[in-house]
Amino acid sequence: MTTQEEGRAPLLAVEHLTMRFGGLTAVDDVSFSAYRDEITAVIGPNGAGKTTVFNCLTGFYKPSAGSLTIQEGGEALRLDRLQGFRIARRARVARTFQNVRLFGGMTVLENLIVAQHNPLMAASGFSIAGLLGLPHYRAAERAAIERARYWLDKLGLTERADTLAGELPYGVQRRLEIARALCTGPVLLCLDEPAAGLNPRESSALNDLLLAIRAEERIGILLIEHDMSVVMGISDHIIVLDYGRKIADGSPAQVRADPNVIKAYLGEDEVEQVQDPQEINVTAEAGGQGSPASAGSPGFPLLRE
Amino acid sequence: MTTASGLAVEKTIRSPVLWAPLLKDALLAALVALLLALPLVGLQTYDIGGGALGIRTHFDWVAIGAAVVFAGRFGLRLLPQLRSARLAAGPRPINRLTVWAGRQAIPITLAGITFAVALPFLPFSSRYLVDLGTTVLIYVMLGWGLNVVVGLAGLLDLGYVAFYAVGAYTFGLLARDLGFSFWEALPFSGLVAASFGIILGFPVLRLRGDYLAIVTLGFGEIIRIVLLNWASVTGGPNGIGGIPRPSFFGLQFARTAPEGVTTFHEFFGLEFSPGHRVVFLYFVILGMALITNFFTLRIRRLPLGRAWEALREDEIACRALGINPTNVKLSAFAIGAMFGGLAGCFFGTRQGFISPESFTFIESATILAIVVLGGMGSQMGVVLAAILLVSLPEFGRAFAEFRMLIFGAAMVAVMVWRPRGLISHREPTLRLFSGPAGNHGR
Repeated sequence: MTTQEEGRAPLLAVEHLTMRFGGLTAVDDVSFSAYRDEITAVIGPNGAGKTTVFNCLTGFYKPSAGSLTIQEGGEALRLDRLQGFRIARRARVARTFQNVRLFGGMTVLENLIVAQHNPLMAASGFSIAGLLGLPHYRAAERAAIERARYWLDKLGLTERADTLAGELPYGVQRRLEIARALCTGPVLLCLDEPAAGLNPRESSALNDLLLAIRAEERIGILLIEHDMSVVMGISDHIIVLDYGRKIADGSPAQVRADPNVIKAYLGEDEVEQVQDPQEINVTAEAGGQGSPASAGSPGFPLLRE
Repeated sequence: MTTASGLAVEKTIRSPVLWAPLLKDALLAALVALLLALPLVGLQTYDIGGGALGIRTHFDWVAIGAAVVFAGRFGLRLLPQLRSARLAAGPRPINRLTVWAGRQAIPITLAGITFAVALPFLPFSSRYLVDLGTTVLIYVMLGWGLNVVVGLAGLLDLGYVAFYAVGAYTFGLLARDLGFSFWEALPFSGLVAASFGIILGFPVLRLRGDYLAIVTLGFGEIIRIVLLNWASVTGGPNGIGGIPRPSFFGLQFARTAPEGVTTFHEFFGLEFSPGHRVVFLYFVILGMALITNFFTLRIRRLPLGRAWEALREDEIACRALGINPTNVKLSAFAIGAMFGGLAGCFFGTRQGFISPESFTFIESATILAIVVLGGMGSQMGVVLAAILLVSLPEFGRAFAEFRMLIFGAAMVAVMVWRPRGLISHREPTLRLFSGPAGNHGR
């Protein structure tokens, strides 16, 4: 695990991010950074504001205050000032969703081609060159299929390329969603609970996949996760949120030992009883894993596979 | 895997037919039919002379009706019970028509086009039949146009007739005030209708489903009412008459032409026949409809068409992938409206007269019914449904007042047996592995 060096420019800088919904402050003055070639995890109990941070990042919410800056193509882009769909297009931030959002009625391959809409649309001359079937567009389409194929191979989906996305088992759908996000050619990949509803075997395969992406693609990965085996196993850097505030920020080892984190996950009383920090880690992991199991009912079809 | 095991279990347990609830249900239905039929069918008034009314009773008809309802209801309920004893209650296999249409798409299309081209020259063909074919083709074109908006982009549009009206009135006004011919006005009709599509699109960008349907319904009515009341321009309820007929490369279809103009029959040395124009109109709309179809099939395979379908499936995911939903929606509205406008222009030239009467809500409903009945997004389904919906009431003319009843019953029947439309097959826009992968899910 690499620890971030001081002075290295962050890929993503979140500064004093605040998000209010009426009287409720879902995210309160949160600042953190994510770096290229690193996996940054955002964890916290249910309702801590993790997904809200993601939604601010990817333009689904306009933050009430604070700034989100990403370094892309040599310039600093303010995500909080970009229109929603431009975040994926210009700032190259791709995301997946907590409850998988695929184009269910389209095939796996089509899902990956739709992800490459913007370059393809330009190549098709806004449909005019495409309608005429000009060779320039055909070449662009072939390149898009090749790129889709690269990710299909990488994520083990090639066999299913012509299957409807909606007919895939849940675990495969999750993988497809990651492949679709990667097809947009992102610099920052935001994954919202990628391991939710996966069985232990699938979740360890996900670990390997994320590590491989980090090693080969030279992109930053930001993930929200409840599954502590994923978070502790692969993260370079962990941010812990509780009630919308950042309560800890550091390497997995630092976060493990942080008394605030233990308090947030287990409550006050347990902290006083447990003395040995190693022991606390075990219980903290168990506590963290409890929630996805209860929310994991959509994952049941996996068991039958 | 699970369905296979479910099938095995289902086969071993042969559920017995429950007769008592079946009979009760059928009797109840018969009773309702009896009560309804008594005043509607059982009693008939007639003139006994001197302006007085007498009543004739037809209780035998009532009894027959009730018996038919009893038998029908009984059979309808019994059938699935018998079937369930044999078949698993798993996901119903896709209907045979869909599978057949998917596998044989090219031969069916070729056969259909050949038949459509040959129709006016077939021995049994008549002026009436060609006229009916023209009407069917107008609806096919409208259905294909609306299919872009509803079937591909998933935007429920209940006011599609507005664009049809805009196209027709654009031509009407251009012809009346500026002396445009059909071919000159055609592109303008398409463009003006497309602009109206964008005008409608802007306020409804955030709306989906029911809300969108209501706003589009309102839009359709606004257009009609403006046409009705803006009498100084549109002629109000009197409409616009004297719209020029289309010419064949400058050759007119008329018995006698003004000085210096050649007519079609003179040029080709034929005997004048009013049928020539009817056949010509038929071929014009056939060509226009085929262009619409070609365009739609083509654009489906382009990024724009895929973005439409992606938008139908999940708008939020589209945004997360950097697709601008505004542009995608507006382009769907504009292109759909353009085809509506072109069809409207043709309608104007065919009728020679247009008035707001022709653009009522029932037209929108019919076009939407064609799309839904045919199977959303299916081009072939639209053709089938248009033939069914337009020609069924025509062929039912022999039954006089019962034809709308038969029409309604046919629509209910189709929706009961084919809830996803006649043809619910969706061909993927591209495949990684060539050949049919046996994926006929949609």
